[in-house]
Amino acid sequence: MVEQAGGLSGGGADLQIQGVTKRFGDFVAVDDLHLQVPEGAFFALLGASGCGKTTTLRMVAGLERPTAGRILLGGDDITDLKPYRRPVNTVFQSYALFPHLSVEDNVAFGLRRQGKVSKGELRTKVGEMLELVELQQYAARRPAQLSGGQQQRVALARALINRPRVLLLDEPLGALDLKLRRAMQLELKRIQTDVGITFIHVTHDQEEAMTMADTIAVMNAGVIEQMGAPEELYGHPRSTFVANFLGQSNLISGVVKSKQGDEFLTEVLGTTVRASKVTSRDLEGDVWVGVRPEKVILQRPGEGRQEELNRLSGGRVSDVSFVGVSTQYLVRMASGQELMAFEQNTGERRPFAVGDDVDLTWLAEHTFLLDARQDVRAGAELGDGE
Amino acid sequence: MSAIRNWLGAHGVMLFGLLVLAYLCTPIVVVVLMSFNDPASRLGYDFDGFTLDNWTSICDPYQMCSSVGKSIQIGLMATGLATLLGSLMAFAMVRHHFRGRSTSNVLIFLPMASPEIVLGSSLLALFVNAGFAGQLGFWTIFIAHVMFCLSFVVITVKARLAGLDPRLEQAAADLYATEWQTFWRVTFPLVVPGIVAAALLSFSLSFDDFIITNLTSGQTVTFPMYVWGAAQRGVPMQVNVIGTIMFVLALSMVVGGSVLRRVREAPARG
Repeated sequence: MVEQAGGLSGGGADLQIQGVTKRFGDFVAVDDLHLQVPEGAFFALLGASGCGKTTTLRMVAGLERPTAGRILLGGDDITDLKPYRRPVNTVFQSYALFPHLSVEDNVAFGLRRQGKVSKGELRTKVGEMLELVELQQYAARRPAQLSGGQQQRVALARALINRPRVLLLDEPLGALDLKLRRAMQLELKRIQTDVGITFIHVTHDQEEAMTMADTIAVMNAGVIEQMGAPEELYGHPRSTFVANFLGQSNLISGVVKSKQGDEFLTEVLGTTVRASKVTSRDLEGDVWVGVRPEKVILQRPGEGRQEELNRLSGGRVSDVSFVGVSTQYLVRMASGQELMAFEQNTGERRPFAVGDDVDLTWLAEHTFLLDARQDVRAGAELGDGE
Repeated sequence: MSAIRNWLGAHGVMLFGLLVLAYLCTPIVVVVLMSFNDPASRLGYDFDGFTLDNWTSICDPYQMCSSVGKSIQIGLMATGLATLLGSLMAFAMVRHHFRGRSTSNVLIFLPMASPEIVLGSSLLALFVNAGFAGQLGFWTIFIAHVMFCLSFVVITVKARLAGLDPRLEQAAADLYATEWQTFWRVTFPLVVPGIVAAALLSFSLSFDDFIITNLTSGQTVTFPMYVWGAAQRGVPMQVNVIGTIMFVLALSMVVGGSVLRRVREAPARG
């Protein structure tokens, strides 16, 4: 179930989590987790609340002790090190800025404790860091006198100034409003590229994870469901949880009939649907045949017949919602299942209306197959919204 | 008619608040006024004329200034010990889970909940049985005051500690502060306002106490006991001077504290 991100080098400053388990009483928060984060990566741990992602982060920071397993940083075992002995810093969820210290002193805190730099050097470094997060003119203020976004940047500067080998971010944008969050996502991405430090970002916001991270690990119930680049996870989900949690998916019951060249032939609702081997797991028998709603093109019955397209006929539009850039259709099939199709509002053609008969068409390379034993609704309620 | 009702609607709460404030402050105003009183007779409490004599001859009434000195001495010492012990107890009770923690919590409340007269008489019995009979005085008062101040300190500091975000200490540890540095750089500065409040409360409780002190004092005379004794013969006007000074001291501490806070935060407003 777990894939390795990047090479199996094992050296450098890679962070390795080896078979880590964390129990709180009877509750297993993290279950035999294996993970390797390559040096310099922007890595996202994505999952709904309670999936174990924050616990994982706290174990890396040293604020929680694993029940079993080891954590290595650049080959050194840091499992039992105190938090202040680890070259790891954290941006806390609610920032945890020291309310009795000025912005300047908050940022200087880590360097002062390490006592390795002279006073002059400290001043220069704090100045540089405040410049990086664009807060020079607020140096003398107390945290309570700053806005949420500014506090967020102080928290980031306070952690980054120590040049940790790994920076941990625990839902750092959760308290910001949507617009500010979007701006900060780009900002964080820029800073990460500038400083080149490994970022591990914990979030429940799939869009945020996809926007920022090079590699995403989707966590569910204490284990990693799937790990990979955002495009890979979105295009080739390997479980119903990932298919539903990361964006939305149409999952239709089908049966694998045969393999032909680089494609699987499946039977879905009485017609043959082709699925690319690249995007699908090698499965036999009952499967979920999946396609993303924006990959589906609606056609009038019989219209635009092309050999290379998968086509499900006999649908009727049951709901149309206009959301500006696109129109989202719900299509009821003869089986009673409702499928989604999102269409860009390019103005190329007249939109469909409720009650129109339509065919659903899409490419074989946009089809993915999932194990039919998995819960078709897994992750669906969690993926949307917040 | 409706104009009056409108005015009352807009200012009614304010008016009521001012009335309550006036009610609270009247006794203090009387004390300040009386400190400038020139009474016609020793037993009279009327304001007969203005004079500064009371202020220039504070220590004239026999034993009064020595009783004030004793009260301040006991107050400072009892406050010091009660604040130290009480703060340590508060840390233990908030931060550590030990056997008997909830029992300790209840026991801490007992001295506050018991009538002082009962506490005082039992303490007297205890001191006498322990062989302090004939030696009652400064030290027995000190022990008694530490005892009842302790509860107030524990409760005040506990409240402050409980409101302290545990993530601040985690953040300090994450930023390379050892346990010792975390305590002195983060925990202690954030709890200090609670400790200072507890100390001020202790001092005024100790300075003010009459009932327990009276039962455990032997021959020693504190300021409240002096006033009580003097009241039988007519309270000298200098008592009001002491009262006024205490009031001004307390007021300037409060005002000074908030001015200091403003000044410290002022440059940030630019």
